[in-house]
Amino acid sequence: MQNRRKFIQTAFRGTLLTGVSLLGGFLIFRPVKGQFCGLDFNCERCDKSQSCSLPEAAHFRQTVWQLDPSKCIQCGRCATECVMTLSAVKCTHVYAMCGYCDLCGGYLKPDTKTISTAAENQLCPTNAIKRKFIEEPFFEYEIVEALCIGCGKCVKGCSAFGNGSLQLQVRHDRCVNCNQCSIARNCPAGAFSRVPASQPYLLKGIEQDSSSKPAKS
Amino acid sequence: MKQRIASLILFIFGVLTPYSYGIQRFPKPEFETGYVQPQTSMPSARLEFLAYLDVAVLVLALSIVSWMVLKKRSRTGVFWISMFSLAYFGFYREGCVCSIGSIQNVSLAIFDLSYAIPISVLAFFLIPLIYTLFFGRTFCAAVCPFGAMQDLVAFKPQPIGIRLNTILGILPYLYLGLSVLYAATGTDFIICRYDPFVGIFRLNASFGMFVFAGILLASGVFIARPYCRFLCPYGVILNWFSRFSRRHMSITPSNCIQCRLCENSCPYDAIDIPVQSKDPESKQARVKKLILISLIMPLMIVAGAYAGLILHEPLAGIHSKVKLAKQVLNPPKDTKLADTFEMQAFKSSGKPQAQVYQEALLVLNKYKQASMILGGFLGLVFSLLIAGRMLKKYNPDYTPNKGRCFSCGRCMDFCPIKPGS
Ligand code: SF4
Ligand code: SF4
Ligand code: SF4
Ligand code: SF4
Repeated sequence: MQNRRKFIQTAFRGTLLTGVSLLGGFLIFRPVKGQFCGLDFNCERCDKSQSCSLPEAAHFRQTVWQLDPSKCIQCGRCATECVMTLSAVKCTHVYAMCGYCDLCGGYLKPDTKTISTAAENQLCPTNAIKRKFIEEPFFEYEIVEALCIGCGKCVKGCSAFGNGSLQLQVRHDRCVNCNQCSIARNCPAGAFSRVPASQPYLLKGIEQDSSSKPAKS
Repeated sequence: MKQRIASLILFIFGVLTPYSYGIQRFPKPEFETGYVQPQTSMPSARLEFLAYLDVAVLVLALSIVSWMVLKKRSRTGVFWISMFSLAYFGFYREGCVCSIGSIQNVSLAIFDLSYAIPISVLAFFLIPLIYTLFFGRTFCAAVCPFGAMQDLVAFKPQPIGIRLNTILGILPYLYLGLSVLYAATGTDFIICRYDPFVGIFRLNASFGMFVFAGILLASGVFIARPYCRFLCPYGVILNWFSRFSRRHMSITPSNCIQCRLCENSCPYDAIDIPVQSKDPESKQARVKKLILISLIMPLMIVAGAYAGLILHEPLAGIHSKVKLAKQVLNPPKDTKLADTFEMQAFKSSGKPQAQVYQEALLVLNKYKQASMILGGFLGLVFSLLIAGRMLKKYNPDYTPNKGRCFSCGRCMDFCPIKPGS
């Protein structure tokens, strides 16, 4: 009786162990659907490590959450849904795209009559945008990250009236990389996705250092 | 030529969409004063190798706890390691990613071929299972931060009786089934969504989460480890692995002398009271029971699968694509209500309606199969529970129930027999 019990236990243990190792092996080595590359041996910086079939790429599969500004409709949920009390999503200024306009669509409320930097004329609810005169007629706008709550009001203004140089991004110094981003589950535009940790940002106007962008057809 | 016109139309369309993104309306300024454009700052994420450090800490903690429980038989040692785990995996790592949540990553990776599971997450899923297969649930004893947290508040544990234990014990199976269903279909990670303690670890929780955690911890004073016993989906898997473990902690270091001192020592009702084989069942009665069980089992599985088939639509209702399709199909009369962010996003994306329906139908089809499997699985669980109640097992001594025991080591101190004596 004792012996039979022992035997059954061992058999089950063996089965479970095999099952677990098969599962692990399968999940590591199964081909991942996606883009394939023409071999890039610097896995660490390669943004295709997710779908790469080389075994060494498996170590570079860490993912982070990314917000695609081209899908974002600036609904304002980024400010409220993040697990951090000051959202990890913040406005990011792509200076390279900015027109340095005096009449900034992201800075001033659209219905302001006079261009003045009075607080009631500013779009940003927390006055997180700093305006600095550079030279006639250019102004620089800087986001004070400690103040920005990621509401996206300025982003909306800038993409409606300006160059779209203000874009929302997950700031990875604040983001705790939740297993499931709680903004992602509430984003109406499906703008969030898991991306390889080596390419955390997606900003229009800033070149990424890999030539792997999907070709525009 | 046609192509040109088409692209021209596309271009105009693109400019006119309400949420046009990244259009150079104003030219790049040319500065004369030598102004240098600042760089856009892009702070980097947590270093990749730190994820492997977490795995190393996990292995180390598991090894030490297993040694503490099985060789040293020291409850104090287990306690201090659990404090370390609470600090490291809980407050320092802020509870992400944990073994419980990794169930969802694994399910998603199995069913979604475009999701590559990070090796470290896979390690968090597999390593505790392997340890459990050899040493029992030492992961629960002192490595899981959730367990450590609840262990800390279990001041006045009350026995709640076998019946209630069994009935509430069904909940984790349900939770496991649902979370696999929702993760595998790419709907949501509900374990993370309803994670009661992560808000405490991060020192900021939404009000609802805070209430949930408060209720769990408050009831945890009297019903020790309520999450572990009656909710934890990973606990289900650990429970089954632990039943076949190679070694397992024992209450007594040598032979039980039936002194009954340990009888009420377990805060989790995990000690099996001896069942004497005074009236051994007749062979006939046993065979009868087995036949009954083999009849019940397929019946319950089929019934479960049928229930799943009926329920698949409401279950799929929380999938974003299904939700959107419903809104598109019959928008609310009130235009204010109809203008949700989801609808705005749909309109600005320029997707044809037919595609939305198509996608929702695909999701529904997936759900049809998945919820039938889920229902069948739950049917199996029910019938196994019934079978377990019907077939009494002969058990001469006080032993920890290998499935339910968390290997916390409390009961060891109650045994009068000391090792080596
Ligand atoms: S939740 Fe989505 S749509 Fe809303 S602001 Fe954030 S990214 Fe944009
Ligand atoms: S308007 Fe909102 S997103 Fe823009 S800077 Fe202010 S707080 Fe940040
Ligand atoms: S992953 Fe977590 S911390 Fe990061 S943006 Fe999403 S909710 Fe916020
Ligand atoms: S080690 Fe003892 S006290 Fe702890 S859970 Fe197991 S049986 Fe209960």
